Amino acid sequence: MVRLIVTRLLGGVFVLFVVATVSFFLLRAAPGGPFASERAVPDAVRRNIEERYHLDQPMWQQYVTHMSRMARLDFGHSMKRQRTVNEMIADHSPHSLRLGLMAIVFATLFGTALGVTAAARRNTWVDHALMVVALLGISIPAFVLGPMFIRFFSLELGWFPPARAEGFTSYVMPAVVLGMIYAGTVARLARAGVLDTLGQDYVRTARAKGLSERVVVWKHALRLGVIPVITYLGPATAALISGSFVVEKIFQIPGLGFYFVDSVTSRDYPVLTGLLVFYVSFLVLLNLVVDILYGVIDPRTRGGR
Amino acid sequence: MSAATTTTAERRHSPWRDAWQRLRKNRMAVVMGAAFATVVGFCFLGPLIAGGFGLDATTIDITRGASSPSWAHPFGTDLLGRDMLVRVMIGGRIAIMVAFTATAIALVIGVTWGAVAAYAGGRLDYVMMRVVDALYGFPTVVFVIVVMAVFNTKNIVVLFALIGGISWLTMARQTRGQVMSLRHREFVEAARATGASPARILFRHIVPNALGVIIVAATASLPSVMLTEAFLSFLGLGVQAPLASWGTLVSEGSSQISVYSWVLIAPGVVMGLTIMSLNFLGDGLRDALDPQTRKD
Repeated sequence: MVRLIVTRLLGGVFVLFVVATVSFFLLRAAPGGPFASERAVPDAVRRNIEERYHLDQPMWQQYVTHMSRMARLDFGHSMKRQRTVNEMIADHSPHSLRLGLMAIVFATLFGTALGVTAAARRNTWVDHALMVVALLGISIPAFVLGPMFIRFFSLELGWFPPARAEGFTSYVMPAVVLGMIYAGTVARLARAGVLDTLGQDYVRTARAKGLSERVVVWKHALRLGVIPVITYLGPATAALISGSFVVEKIFQIPGLGFYFVDSVTSRDYPVLTGLLVFYVSFLVLLNLVVDILYGVIDPRTRGGR
Repeated sequence: MSAATTTTAERRHSPWRDAWQRLRKNRMAVVMGAAFATVVGFCFLGPLIAGGFGLDATTIDITRGASSPSWAHPFGTDLLGRDMLVRVMIGGRIAIMVAFTATAIALVIGVTWGAVAAYAGGRLDYVMMRVVDALYGFPTVVFVIVVMAVFNTKNIVVLFALIGGISWLTMARQTRGQVMSLRHREFVEAARATGASPARILFRHIVPNALGVIIVAATASLPSVMLTEAFLSFLGLGVQAPLASWGTLVSEGSSQISVYSWVLIAPGVVMGLTIMSLNFLGDGLRDALDPQTRKD
């Protein structure tokens, strides 16, 4: 277990190193920096700006400065706003985190319920109908579902506010829209996983003891059957982050994704690359947690893979 | 020898024929396959037919702007009075082309990566698969966004290549699994005994026998690649004007959802149907070509 954690941690650090390096070269390669437009800048101003962003130093020195700042999780200063990237992360990530957490909880609970119910009634019409629902969820992108939800649930029925992050209710629709695709995938994984475990000896033992089908499926088979769901949490979160870009745009939530997209259109490179490194660090950490969780649920993997 | 040299008698029971029969029995997959073929015809031939009725995607007629669906304009018109039916068709051309091009790119990378890893084995295999693992948890789309933004490119080919370049992971894993199970089979030993080079053994003897798994993975990647393109275009980072894809159409539509819902519904529903048909078709193909992975 310790060995697994250490290997994964080293791997994570390596990934972060590569991403930070790539972010540095992307920053330097970017054509037409933020000062290259509109009007001519006086020489003195330009020199000041260059000094502030260390553009006057030789390349290797810039690289060292960049990497040591990244190692200290100091992502630098926005070129368009009077704020540092760290301030933006502190101010806006709570919105994204709340949205992401609600989406993942929705996707996991709804998806697992769907998948396990389908597995318990395999090859009946219930199974087929639930799997069609799951596939529908996977097939309708958030940016189609989102506006339709706004139209129907906000404008026609008035159940939820159409936009802005004010209170719990304003997060319900965005979280469902964001989580829907993952709920579908989770349902399919849970169904396959439970069907797999239903054929195993310990499940047969549970049945032989005379336990009811409900207990066998929801207690015994579920425990090992959800392992694919847990391993999927890592990739799902990576996908949720990119999903949050459109959902935050549609529902006007001032989260980090909103500012990430904004930094793309306004070509605010420090914010762009800073958030890239931040997102990757977050995911590396999360994947580590998922690996540990995996070992807790399935003791067989504790020896390392 | 590879499976390419089979006699007529053998062909009657070839795995491909069995697979085709299994697929045909799967009514859902057949219907969805037909639906996808219809969408392809709709997008590539539709504009020609609509042209006969005097409809095209570019004629601007402000006096007919944002009119609801009618006989003259079955899907309605957008704010500028452009016909939505033809716009959806033209947008679909881009979406379908992206899906196939990016999948082809992903196929080349993924199959090569997985096959080489499995055939080489040992440390190289370990390293190559850890790279795949690492990328799995990596927000690859975010990376594409950053690259598109930094190089500020409007070149659609770059977009195709980038999407393909991030979509090969599943393909690599599945090819690897299949090649692992094939690499010690007799026909491989025979090929090696005749002095064939590793590259020849891999790509002329092993990979053709893993084709079933590869086809399944490729079909499964079509809808996800299509979603990625639409996602990027929705954010304004993918297909750029004057070209339009379903993503850009949905983006326009979503800003007018409170007033003119058909501008969103037309491209949204067609795109949803297409992705759904591909997902069902992919499932059907998986059940037909790869019976071991059936979970029921």
